[in-house]
Amino acid sequence: MLEAYPHNRLARIVLWGFAALVMAFLMLPTLVVVPLSFSASNLLEFPPHAYSLRWYENFFGSATWMAALRTSLILGTLTALIAVPFALLACISMNRLGGKTAAAIQSVLLTPSITPGILLAIGLFFVLAAQRLVGTLFGVLVGHVVLAVPVACIVLLPALARFDWNQVQAARSLGANWARAIGGIIVPQLRISLLSATLMAFLTSLDESVISIFVASGRNSTMPKLMFVSLRDQIDPTIAAISTLWTAIVVVVVLMVALRQKS
Amino acid sequence: MTVTPDPALAADARRERRFFLSLSLPALFIVGLAAILPILWIIRQSFLTTGGEYTVGNYAKVLSSGLTWSALVTTLELSLGTLAICILLGTPLALALASVRPRVANVLMAFVMLPLWTAILVRTYGWLVLLRRDGLINAALTGSGLTAEPLPLVYNFTGTLIGMVHYMLPLFLLPVYAAMRDIDQNLIRAAASMGATFEQVMRTVIMPLSAGGIFSGSIIVLIYSIGFFITPAVLGGGKVNPLSTRIERTLSTFQDWGSASVLGILLLVLMALIGVMLLAARRLLAQNTVDASHA
Repeated sequence: MLEAYPHNRLARIVLWGFAALVMAFLMLPTLVVVPLSFSASNLLEFPPHAYSLRWYENFFGSATWMAALRTSLILGTLTALIAVPFALLACISMNRLGGKTAAAIQSVLLTPSITPGILLAIGLFFVLAAQRLVGTLFGVLVGHVVLAVPVACIVLLPALARFDWNQVQAARSLGANWARAIGGIIVPQLRISLLSATLMAFLTSLDESVISIFVASGRNSTMPKLMFVSLRDQIDPTIAAISTLWTAIVVVVVLMVALRQKS
Repeated sequence: MTVTPDPALAADARRERRFFLSLSLPALFIVGLAAILPILWIIRQSFLTTGGEYTVGNYAKVLSSGLTWSALVTTLELSLGTLAICILLGTPLALALASVRPRVANVLMAFVMLPLWTAILVRTYGWLVLLRRDGLINAALTGSGLTAEPLPLVYNFTGTLIGMVHYMLPLFLLPVYAAMRDIDQNLIRAAASMGATFEQVMRTVIMPLSAGGIFSGSIIVLIYSIGFFITPAVLGGGKVNPLSTRIERTLSTFQDWGSASVLGILLLVLMALIGVMLLAARRLLAQNTVDASHA
């Protein structure tokens, strides 16, 4: 973009120096927890004087953390399994209807993603309290699904816009019903986008914290809720171990999606 | 020539439309159940006493409390502060990324997006470790002799602001970077060949053409900052209380559902006000662009 100004070296050096600092700022907190998680000390010393796996052992040996991990994985899976089909159907509907109707549906579906999490959380808490459902897996699940639907829609809408609908027309004219057309033609052709949407929905649920903090409790506490509670009380290096594992998993998942989309 | 629509075909088309509409129902139902109903419930709850009778007492109580107004001020300070720093840090970074080859930029973008993919509590923990009294940053500051005493960087406004900027910056960067990538390179070459200096190109070509991206990025930052909860709750250490943490405390500690709901409604009103201002600003921006093209 700035190749027309090759002689302006000073401006370029200043710009890149600044950019490098901002990028370091962005990556620093994610990277700093990795060496800490392998520290042998229970002080947060940096760099650690001795290394060990004790904080990982602490995590995997703790019944509370393991229960939270289990809850989070179950919730993430259920969220993806519910949100992605709902989003796919809604995207087909928006794509085929077009115009104002589609725009109206889209703006309703995107509402949860622009509503402050704290409002969704306390509102959901009131609704669930009235039904005596606070602390149940169901309560957190509906909260996560409603956040994952817009995320999945953002992935699936452009994919459907590129889709060649003549194939469905052909199948329909040969006697396939809609269920068959969706299951036999749309789903297989969109499989990469559907996989991305599934992973994104899963990550959305895994990372969601505000609704969990208000609505989940006891055995149904999620990982973020437990991390939030322990961050408020003390800074235990066990959280460094969890953070490192978590980031590693997310990086692997994101790389998988990125590489798949490229191929 | 006019074609008389076949009534059977028209009925078919209507039926198909109904069918496509029905495909949206599951998603719309869940949004209604888990997002719209809860918001309506907050409105209802704001008019209820603990006993379940109708009252406007919650409003009187919350609006006459000094804590509410200081929470409102903190909310605005945090949001606008975050936005200002995002613009200052994000715009040059976007410019740098947009000025290299796409292949290189994509790799660098992956690093920029790493925090976006890192769980919010992981990042908050990272900042806690970095900013504590005996944390890495204070160790570096005192070790290098820049400061004699460790600086209070966390459990206060500074720490909250740092955490919030860190969360919002990638969200701000994406639309700005996209807008700068879309600038026609020939415009810059033309300006350069006509003798425009680097500063003139920045001011008259690059900045006006990225204004749309900066505007979208600012909307995203404001919308997310206004109700942000986790960062103030952890990095603020109880001393920084925007509306979001005030809501949580009113609900969890004081069990005052009515007042918590009124605070929630205040947050909704703030969102609506910002939405209206942004729409007006966008209209003004569009008008200016039209004027510029006529000039």
